[in-house]
Amino acid sequence: MNGILYMAWRYLAYNRWKTSILVGSIMLIIYLPVGLNVVVEQSGQHLNARAEATPLLVGARGSPLELTLNSLYFSLDTPELTTFSEATSITGSGLAEAVPMYVRFHSRSQPIVGTSFEYFAFRELTLASGRMPALLGETVLGASAAEALGVGVGDAVVSSPETAFDLAGIYPLKMNVVGVLAPNFTSDDNAIFVDVKTTWIIEGLGHGHQDLADSAASSAVLNRTEDNIVANASIVQFNEITEDNIDSFHFHGNLDGYPLTGVIAVPKDEKSGVILMGRYLDSEANNQIVRPRDVVTELLDTILTIQQFIVAAVFIVAVATIATAALVFLLSLRLRRREIDTIGKIGGGRWHVASMLLAEIVIVLVLGGALAAGLTALTWRYGSAIIESVVMA
Amino acid sequence: MRFHYGEGDFCLDVPSLQVASGERVAVVGPSGSGKTTLLNLIAGIARPQSGDIVTASHKLADLDDGAVRNFRIERIGLVFQEFELLEYLDVLDNVLLPYRINSSLRLDATVRQRAVSLLQSVGIGDMLDRYPDQLSQGEKQRVAVCRALLVNPPLLLADEPTGNLDPANKGRVLDILLDYATANKATLVTVTHDSDLLSRFERVIDFRDFLGQPE
Repeated sequence: MNGILYMAWRYLAYNRWKTSILVGSIMLIIYLPVGLNVVVEQSGQHLNARAEATPLLVGARGSPLELTLNSLYFSLDTPELTTFSEATSITGSGLAEAVPMYVRFHSRSQPIVGTSFEYFAFRELTLASGRMPALLGETVLGASAAEALGVGVGDAVVSSPETAFDLAGIYPLKMNVVGVLAPNFTSDDNAIFVDVKTTWIIEGLGHGHQDLADSAASSAVLNRTEDNIVANASIVQFNEITEDNIDSFHFHGNLDGYPLTGVIAVPKDEKSGVILMGRYLDSEANNQIVRPRDVVTELLDTILTIQQFIVAAVFIVAVATIATAALVFLLSLRLRRREIDTIGKIGGGRWHVASMLLAEIVIVLVLGGALAAGLTALTWRYGSAIIESVVMA
Repeated sequence: MRFHYGEGDFCLDVPSLQVASGERVAVVGPSGSGKTTLLNLIAGIARPQSGDIVTASHKLADLDDGAVRNFRIERIGLVFQEFELLEYLDVLDNVLLPYRINSSLRLDATVRQRAVSLLQSVGIGDMLDRYPDQLSQGEKQRVAVCRALLVNPPLLLADEPTGNLDPANKGRVLDILLDYATANKATLVTVTHDSDLLSRFERVIDFRDFLGQPE
């Protein structure tokens, strides 16, 4: 038996390219449907768990899917914007607690999530180190985000500009890291959390600059009246919030009109939830309310349908691949006629030769199956991360 | 003994032929006269339609296919004109091939050592891990001869072993075969077209005498 396996292995090792192609083909036709199933199953669990934990979501009328993916999974596809007044209104109604969400900016590939203190309690997020943000410009990082950015408490992160060459666009803001969250294996791990006002500063709706009353700034003042000062662009704008300049940061206009990407609504009870949903039934309303669970269920139904099509396509490809592999094997038998005859002449039995050829097939199948199993295990292990990155993209 | 392939014109008709134990015989004859067929019949690779072949005291007709294969691998060393080395095995594994393909032979450290010694004795002991496509024609045939000698066979059947070799290698390969036969009192039957080599054999059998017509 050892001789048979040894001969088979030597043949496969000598013809390593042919063997690699066959093993790779076998691996793919096994892995594709199985791996896809693992990804879909994990994505279902991943998406569902988060959706189940989020009772209601309010946002501007538009795509419920975009709203859900943005507010729950921090996808950077920004939905239609609502305003802060919506959060104020929900809280004021007494029906639900409102958690504002503004997820539009990022630092490298990590999303910057502007929200309120209530979010941390709602998601049951706990600190691994440091403290929660208390001031403008302070940030607390999800565990994976801290690892990916290579920063910790006492370091700083800088928001990425939206467009590199737009002089009128969003300027980077340097934010101080005051805490790192313990991992909870959801999208929160990848996020950079700041107060929602900090995201408005990133957007330029709030800002801090050199004091125009200061004599050092007098050369920049173009016009000064009792209630208005106009200055030119030489005025120094702050791109970092520090103890020294924090008092200079201010917001123009009414905060109720400031943008949000969504508002998580946590009803006090089931009845309050139903009443709150009723308030958004008006088709003329600017805002919508969605149950994330329903949106995700619909999304998963679509994914499952696509999966079925892919599995059907993979099955057809698998049949073609197996047929091709069988043809390659039969053709190689013809090419190996002389080798087989030699073994027979020297004294090798037909059973021995057949076993050797069979062992070659079994080794290829086992290697292909083992690689497919390994890939499936990796998919199982890192499936969540893959789903996370796909959703984020 | 009479043998023919299917319905073809070829027919080998041997009224009687005896090779004594330890005898060194050359078989000559024109192409297609049945020299290789005779070796195949002696080795039990082909079976005659009529008549008997007795090889090393074994009447091959009495043995089934498995027994013939075991008999062949244990008692007969075969050398081919085209060497018939397996391209995917290195030199040492090609020599050890009989031990890999038949469970009646047991491969152990002694056998490996004997294979290495044989290869060293024919001057290619430093090429154990080379593959056939890295060898010259003469080196390939020396590997093939070592494979045939590994089981220490009492009978050597060589089918034009020098047919593809240059003069220097012809002499060297024939020396190896004849030295082995002499030293081990083994029988050597060699098919050859090379008249220069005939003087080194004890007897020459001319095959033109055995060509017959199918019945």
